[in-house]
Amino acid sequence: MRVLAFGIAKEIFGGASVEVLENTTLSVAGLQAILEERYPRLKQLSSFMIAVNGEYSQPGTIIHKGDEVAIIPPVSGG
Amino acid sequence: MTNIKISSASLDVQSCIAWSRAPEAGGIDVFIGSVRNMTKGKSVVRLEFEAYESMALKEMEKIAAYALTKWPVHKILIHHRTGVLAVGEIPVIIVVSAARRGAAFEACRYAIDTLKETVPIWKKEVFEDGEHWVAAHP
Repeated sequence: MRVLAFGIAKEIFGGASVEVLENTTLSVAGLQAILEERYPRLKQLSSFMIAVNGEYSQPGTIIHKGDEVAIIPPVSGG
Repeated sequence: MTNIKISSASLDVQSCIAWSRAPEAGGIDVFIGSVRNMTKGKSVVRLEFEAYESMALKEMEKIAAYALTKWPVHKILIHHRTGVLAVGEIPVIIVVSAARRGAAFEACRYAIDTLKETVPIWKKEVFEDGEHWVAAHP
């Protein structure tokens, strides 16, 4: 699965996206745990959300093959 | 009626206002964001805006759609810039037209406040001696 990154998440990942290999069905909470283990700096953020198909997700949201997944660090537009 | 845009080109205040005008609109409220020269006592050199564009457009549409149901508003426009902006440039314009001023003011305030909370756009402040992503860390 490819995970898109924006803002500071792009700097933490060292690129605009990262690949996560999923062996089993993955929930948003599961993906978050994998990412936090691989990129501990994510835990220093004020917060971050995971968007699935362009919508804010819940921890229990199941990620399906082909879904567009993105890390949303704290937004600061305007 | 809504008018939502994310653009890497300069935003044009006059054309935004012109779009919002209508014979039935007795009041037009305009919010213009402007890049400020100081943050917490430090001189800002420039801001860099990045958007998750497809999702940001959806979230901006949601804000406009909600405003249209919540207040008797005629038209709402939300435009946001991306890229590198110098001091004095315009990152965001919101224009709301309504029959009466109360609805226009309230909907405009709601739109900018909500945009800052929900729309996936990020700004990096660049100072003379460093840079940081706004709101990223506690």
